[in-house]
Amino acid sequence: MSVAIQHNESGNAHEEHHEHKQTFIEKYIFSYDHKMISKQYLITGLIMGVIGITMSVLFRIQLAWPGESFWIFDALLGKFAKNGVMDPSMYLALVTIHGTIMVFFVLTAGLSGTFSNLLIPLQIGARDMASGFLNMVSYWLFFISCTIMLSSLFIESGPASAGWTVYPPLSALPQAIGGSGMGMTLWLISMAFFIASQIIAGLNYIVTVLNLRTKGMSMTRLPLTVWALFVTAIIGLVSFPVLLSAALLLIMDRSFGTSFFLSDIYIQGEVLAHQGGSPVLFEHLFWFLGHPEVYIVILPAMGLVSEIMATNARKPIFGYRAMIASILAIAFLSTIVWGHHMFVSGMNPFLGSVFTFTTLLIAIPSAVKAFNWITTLWKGNLQMNPAMLFSIGFVSTFITGGLTGIILGDSTLDINVHDTYFVVAHFHLVMGISAIYGLLAGVYHWFPKMFGRMMNKNLGYVHFWITAIGAYGVFFPMHFVGLAGLPRRYYSNTAFPYFDDLTDVNVLITLFTILAASVQVVFLFNFFYSIFYGKKATQNPWNSTTLEWTTPVKHLHGNWPGELPTVYRWSYDYSKMNKDETDYILAGQDFVPQNVPIQDNEEETMH
Amino acid sequence: MTTLLIIIVIALLGITFWQLSKIVKLSKPADSNDTEIADNKDNKTQAKLMLVFTVFLYGLMFYSFWEYGKLLLPESASEHGHTFDQLMLISMGLLIFVQMITQFLLHWFAYKYHGKKGRKALFYADNDKLEFIWTIIPVIALAGLIIYGLFSWNDIMNLEETDDTLVIEIYAYQFDWRARYAGDDKTLGKANVRFIEGVNQLGLDESDPYTEDDIIVSELHLPKGKPVIFKFRSQDVLHSAYFPHFRAQMNVVPGMITQFGFTPTLTTAEMRETDHMIDKVHNINEIRQENSIELEAKGDMPLEEYEFDYFMLCNKICGASHYNMQMKIIVEEEEDFDAWLSEQQTFQELTAKK
Ligand code: HEM
Ligand SMILES: [Cu+2]
Ligand SMILES: [Cu+2]
Repeated sequence: MSVAIQHNESGNAHEEHHEHKQTFIEKYIFSYDHKMISKQYLITGLIMGVIGITMSVLFRIQLAWPGESFWIFDALLGKFAKNGVMDPSMYLALVTIHGTIMVFFVLTAGLSGTFSNLLIPLQIGARDMASGFLNMVSYWLFFISCTIMLSSLFIESGPASAGWTVYPPLSALPQAIGGSGMGMTLWLISMAFFIASQIIAGLNYIVTVLNLRTKGMSMTRLPLTVWALFVTAIIGLVSFPVLLSAALLLIMDRSFGTSFFLSDIYIQGEVLAHQGGSPVLFEHLFWFLGHPEVYIVILPAMGLVSEIMATNARKPIFGYRAMIASILAIAFLSTIVWGHHMFVSGMNPFLGSVFTFTTLLIAIPSAVKAFNWITTLWKGNLQMNPAMLFSIGFVSTFITGGLTGIILGDSTLDINVHDTYFVVAHFHLVMGISAIYGLLAGVYHWFPKMFGRMMNKNLGYVHFWITAIGAYGVFFPMHFVGLAGLPRRYYSNTAFPYFDDLTDVNVLITLFTILAASVQVVFLFNFFYSIFYGKKATQNPWNSTTLEWTTPVKHLHGNWPGELPTVYRWSYDYSKMNKDETDYILAGQDFVPQNVPIQDNEEETMH
Repeated sequence: MTTLLIIIVIALLGITFWQLSKIVKLSKPADSNDTEIADNKDNKTQAKLMLVFTVFLYGLMFYSFWEYGKLLLPESASEHGHTFDQLMLISMGLLIFVQMITQFLLHWFAYKYHGKKGRKALFYADNDKLEFIWTIIPVIALAGLIIYGLFSWNDIMNLEETDDTLVIEIYAYQFDWRARYAGDDKTLGKANVRFIEGVNQLGLDESDPYTEDDIIVSELHLPKGKPVIFKFRSQDVLHSAYFPHFRAQMNVVPGMITQFGFTPTLTTAEMRETDHMIDKVHNINEIRQENSIELEAKGDMPLEEYEFDYFMLCNKICGASHYNMQMKIIVEEEEDFDAWLSEQQTFQELTAKK
């Protein structure tokens, strides 16, 4: 709290505040500045990402060479891998924590935390978030949540191992699996902090977008990034509280003997007193968040990609209004499709029909978006920067992964592919890889804005192509493993000779995993190296129209040195010609920044 | 195969790092006026790489279908499974078609319109007609799939119990399955976990006379051609009874009875005789022999020869041995089934022995 006090002492006159020299702690740790908080989110997210991906490499090695001994298991897992052979329960723990980290810590906080913080104020022309203080609180809650989650890796009984979906009774009963003891308690506490952080952050984003837009920045002039981040915050606000309530009820069942989710259980020679609860209720509550969650993950990536694609194609995004409409449609529909995770959960089959209907509806706005992105490329002048390549990669994996959603969303077809590797392949492509591509594209594109330097493009190219090959190499063949009938969350398939012929595919997938994971080192190197030694960035390296590129390279508290910019147009006036079709509107320059007034020789469009 | 793949990947990695070091060297002092922004040359190179990648992607897709298509489940061994297979085929056909076209357009445009000095991008912001078309096409296609899907779903899930139906309870616990047949009275007796004691593993209510002739077994036998309804019960945590060959699955939920039904159409013997299964089992046995040689070299027991049997597996994470929670299923002609059933011990006989 010394921060707040210091602020008051020196900052009673606001103008004076700009020059006031910040202490190290104020500037880098308990910072109120949205740009610094954005970097904090990004770096924390990347560290969590390294941990999550390392875990996936470990369990993929186990899947390719089941039950064999590896020194790396011995080194990293210690007593959970006696003689270097991974324990079955450790396998489940790794899968669980991998899923949790990737979905929540990397792609929810790391992705939307980074870019909401960076881009919302900069792109709407605001000096900072509505509440800098709450913004700081939200980051530190996230940080605490990460710490607790990671600390659970080191406890005696092992971390949570009931899957990232933590269905009870497995997650409620330490007798059922070791990880449901202390490990699960820490998981739940960590998630409670996480949810609190997300809710505070979300409120802040929403208020900022609604109230702090600069003069002329109407909602229909907002870049799609801001639209996507704004709607993401709304979905989060609607659904995260429901997860919190599920977590609270689960805590009560675990510690205070209530029976919300438990009934008629006999375990380890003992009948438990719980009576009348239903695990299916938990599934409803979980997926009421869980499904919107996948859109919380993907919408920001869609926003970033739309923006990057338009900039690098030197063309407006095709169908701006349709893009907004589909973001809204996806957001709305995403809250009424959760039941597609539960077709065979034992819920009433009639409900299954309803959820099939809503689920296949959501394919429509998604298809519209995909077509619009493809059309944005058409007749462009594509600048193949690494960010652009990742954006193209995003559209590719989003389509490949999205299409199989039509199978999974169909209750009839889901019967036989539910919980198999087909699902794993589907969601990794459509949300995992796609969102990671969105994140990476965003990092390459806004790195100059964040750090004032450029990332090395050649390393970026190497990073992209090998990642792209690796990602498809891992997840395309994986569909077939699922269609062969192999369930997910299996420590090994050696208990079924029937699956013996899957060995080759499994080995292939693991090799691609190792390839894709190791090339991320190139990215990390590039990232950290460029922070210190990268080429100095110019103010607007990508010739972009949006407001963030009108701020000076050197970060200022308050973003713009003088007055806030005024906005006169939408953010997609790329390659627009003047009335006589003789030249671009601004002669010789193929883009018109948003703060440039409408010119005499320009035809007015509706934006 | 495996060693070859390992060698390839190691080689690839080697090349990668070699290239990396070269790139860093090249991009450093030599052209220090490089802005790190894609220039004309980069656009051209990256566009070409885009083509190479497209070839890789299509190659991977075709290779997967060709090579891994063999791994897919055989034709359905249940009646409703044929509807399932049909719908799957249609949906997959549609997906593959859309995938092939959209990926091509995406990558082709990325190649064709790569940046060039002097190229002007087309300012093309909207086209209502075009957008309407590609909204309406998915609407129609999806409407078809939804209708087909919902009709099949209703057929599959609306279970009608007639005199002819065989009702079987499937009981799940960490980490095994039991099946309970109703016996002569054709009624399953009452049960609850609170009655579990000694040999009464499934918690049957001994005061209920319907339990007396119930038959509890650990191997599931099914008569061909007869509709079966399964009632699922779990003793501890969630499990899922997954019968991949019958296109059937239902979660098993403690505190509640769930159900699913199907009619087996191929006996175990008939399934073993299909071309697909003969090939598959042959292939598996070759793999097992290879592995056995390695095992024997290490002084371990060789693997047994594999023969196909249907199985049910657990498909909802349920604990450490989730990966090995299975039950063998035997589908046989009705006479064989009746003969088998009559040899099994009833619940009364089981409890009397103690
Ligand atoms: C190198 C990249 C990755 C690889 C090789 C990988 C691999 C896997 C595999 C094989 C599983 C299933 C294990 C099983 O069910 O037994 C899994 C689970 C999962 N992964 Fe990944 N993954 C990667 C990256 C990601 C990313 C980017 C996400 C972000 C969404 C993600 C999210 C998940 C989730 C949510 C699960 C489910 C966890 C559970 O079953 O509880 N993964 N991963
Ligand atoms: Cu969902
Ligand atoms: Cu189980």
